[in-house]
Amino acid sequence: MATVHFSSDLAAFTAGLQEVTVAAPRVQELKRSLVRRFPALEGRLDLLAVAIDGDIYNEADYRSLRDDSEVHFVPRTVGG
Amino acid sequence: MSDRVFTQIGTRPIRHDGVDKVTGRANYGADFSLPGMIHGVVVRSPHAHARIVSIDTSAAEAMPGVKAVITGRDIPPTSAKLAIGEGAFDLHDMGDNLLAHDKALYHGHAVAAVAATSLDLAREAAAAVIVRYEVLEPVDGIERAIATDAPILHADLVTTGLPPGEPAGPTNIAGRMELRRGDVEQGFREADLVVEREFRTPTVHQGYIEPHACVARYGPDGQVLVWCTTQGPFIVRDACAAILGIDGSKIKVIPSEIGGGFGGKIMLYLEPIAIRLSQKSGRPVKMVMTRDEVFRATGPTSAAIVRMKLGARRDGTLVAAQASLWYEAGAYRGSPSGAGAMCCLACYNIPNFFVEAYDVVVNKPKVAAYRAPGSPMATFATESLVDELARMLGIDPIEMRLKNAVKEGDRAPYGPTHGPIGLRQVLEAAQTHPHWTAPIGPNRGRGLACGFWFNAGMSSSATITLSNDGSAAVLTGNPDIGGTRVAQAMMVAEELGIPVDRIRPTVADTDTAGYTDLTGGSRVCYATGMAVVDAARDVRDQLRQRAAMIWNTDVAQVAWDGGRAVSLEESADRQPLTIGEIAAKAGHTGGPIVGRASVNPPMAGPAFALHICDIELDKATGRSSVVRYTAIQDVGKAVHPAYVEGQMQGGAAQGIGWALNEEYMFDRRGVMQNAGFLDYRMPVASDLPMIDTVIVEVANPLHPYGVRGVGEVPIVPPLAAVANAMRSVSGVRFTELPLSPPRVLQALGRSD
Repeated sequence: MATVHFSSDLAAFTAGLQEVTVAAPRVQELKRSLVRRFPALEGRLDLLAVAIDGDIYNEADYRSLRDDSEVHFVPRTVGG
Repeated sequence: MSDRVFTQIGTRPIRHDGVDKVTGRANYGADFSLPGMIHGVVVRSPHAHARIVSIDTSAAEAMPGVKAVITGRDIPPTSAKLAIGEGAFDLHDMGDNLLAHDKALYHGHAVAAVAATSLDLAREAAAAVIVRYEVLEPVDGIERAIATDAPILHADLVTTGLPPGEPAGPTNIAGRMELRRGDVEQGFREADLVVEREFRTPTVHQGYIEPHACVARYGPDGQVLVWCTTQGPFIVRDACAAILGIDGSKIKVIPSEIGGGFGGKIMLYLEPIAIRLSQKSGRPVKMVMTRDEVFRATGPTSAAIVRMKLGARRDGTLVAAQASLWYEAGAYRGSPSGAGAMCCLACYNIPNFFVEAYDVVVNKPKVAAYRAPGSPMATFATESLVDELARMLGIDPIEMRLKNAVKEGDRAPYGPTHGPIGLRQVLEAAQTHPHWTAPIGPNRGRGLACGFWFNAGMSSSATITLSNDGSAAVLTGNPDIGGTRVAQAMMVAEELGIPVDRIRPTVADTDTAGYTDLTGGSRVCYATGMAVVDAARDVRDQLRQRAAMIWNTDVAQVAWDGGRAVSLEESADRQPLTIGEIAAKAGHTGGPIVGRASVNPPMAGPAFALHICDIELDKATGRSSVVRYTAIQDVGKAVHPAYVEGQMQGGAAQGIGWALNEEYMFDRRGVMQNAGFLDYRMPVASDLPMIDTVIVEVANPLHPYGVRGVGEVPIVPPLAAVANAMRSVSGVRFTELPLSPPRVLQALGRSD
């Protein structure tokens, strides 16, 4: 199962949990699973980039996850 | 990847657009004209904060030669969003920034626009537009903005990012975010030494030489042509479509050459206005900002207040950090405070930290991206305090940084685990550099600082067409700011074996190029380059197939070696085929050969830099000069080292200007007092020494050649590198920029 790490910002919407494990083949299913478990996350995850095993994607809904994947949701950045 | 022997990558051919640019033949935003074209001028608010009571355009409209007058009523409000820069830009705000609807939110805010048959007439007509204002108190900075009795800029503004249940508005604090790790209080208890200071940096502008400029033509058939200087032609197309309610398929954007952007030419200031004026007048409309307008009405970067506390053990190990970042957003939400929070501790592996960042609206121009947006101001605080800790602990500042430097496998402050990164290699290169070990002369001081930036990925496309003579054209959608045309040609040359000067790289318009995100975020050589490499490999595969047809064999029997198709089967009549030979027979083997690729890779691999600065201080006047400067940076792989060095030098020069001279000066009414290059003092070539560069190459595994983003991180270290050098020579720890002679002199007067 993928391990999802929540920033302290997001942990405010996960009852303080900073790490959960989720069985999901792709990021889209992982997000849906998280929102089912933590309804307060609804609408928040889609605004964030997703880091999968260290690589940060702005758009990653259909990217596959490994059983041991590490997932972070991070603010989107681009630059100047 | 890193072991690959390159034939083209790493060489220094002359850029294809070089002669045009150095001879003045290149066409920039203001160089375009169309038959029947008229001129547009913007009417700007004389007040920094005012309610618009009424706008009377009748006198202007009655003037002979005036063809159109528009106001905010001609830009309908939209709730659409467009993902650019640091998050999704609110097109409602962009529309209101283009032409104010109810309130003028900064001095210079556009409130109307006029188009007339000559520029002089348009200016005369603009002066004839009568706007009645109810003048309001301007919110001139963060402290005033967050005061309990502060005027509220936007009645509907609420603070995003607050924990559930906390009151969100009305407020001038547009957003909050935080990062946390470990136990901060316990971390500080474990520290042998704690330093804490408040740092301030001013509003500064990117200072691109070319002003914003465009020509727009709204045809009788509803087809729209926009020629403009921009970092993102597709952003211009999509934003104009959304803001004006025009089908995007009707808009074609042709990017001109671009005379500097640095993030400031991502937002739109003129194009939708010019389109609307053209629609209303039936004539093409040209608009070119004056330098005064560029300063007053386009996005600078945030002024910031950063309160930071660092704790270290006696051996130099950083054990705790706490920071509070307050960034001005200007008139609408959206400062890079979040990026500042993510960057400010990114060079170090600190087990316990808490960082909070606030985005605050004030009555100043809406900020825009500026090279590593958000990172320089916060890093100024971190690197100043690390310098202070090293001094107090008696530890060499590079050793102190090496002791704490992030490395592969460490977790970034914003969460993910780093892959291969090069901060340690950069620090080691600094340790052995002759600049670091050279003696320091009288009245001179030396400082150093590190910096971090993420580097973007995002979407890019590339098309390569092969001519019958074996030459090629490579076509992408990124305006070339830093030498990306030649870099792309070099990538095609590397993959196919065609000489670089037989490859024509073209920056295409939005009808011609595949969708490509902006030129920004240090992403073009990485992401668009990746698309170019993939497209070249597509061409190469097709060339192998064509050779197989010519030889009447299976493609598996054809290899590509040294720019030629080579048969893997022994045969006397199968001499290697050159690209020219295969291309000449393309008609016989299936028609023209066109390669294409589209990519949306992850972010481009973190970049780390270290700068060493020597300054000489005249203690009688407070004037300081940079006398030696060295920029060291991990670039992954330098495709064209000369342009990589140029990026490093350019970023350093801008950062030095930020440190020493540059600042917006406002009066009590919120009116900028130095809106010109004579009074807004940027460093010019004669102000600076040759900036030495050291390219460190720790390959980025995400790119086929190991490329990382290059252009942003070099602006991050200079603020603290200069301030640390000033500390060395003056004995004063400066916490507010710029280090202008009056500020330095004043500090020296009360220095202990």
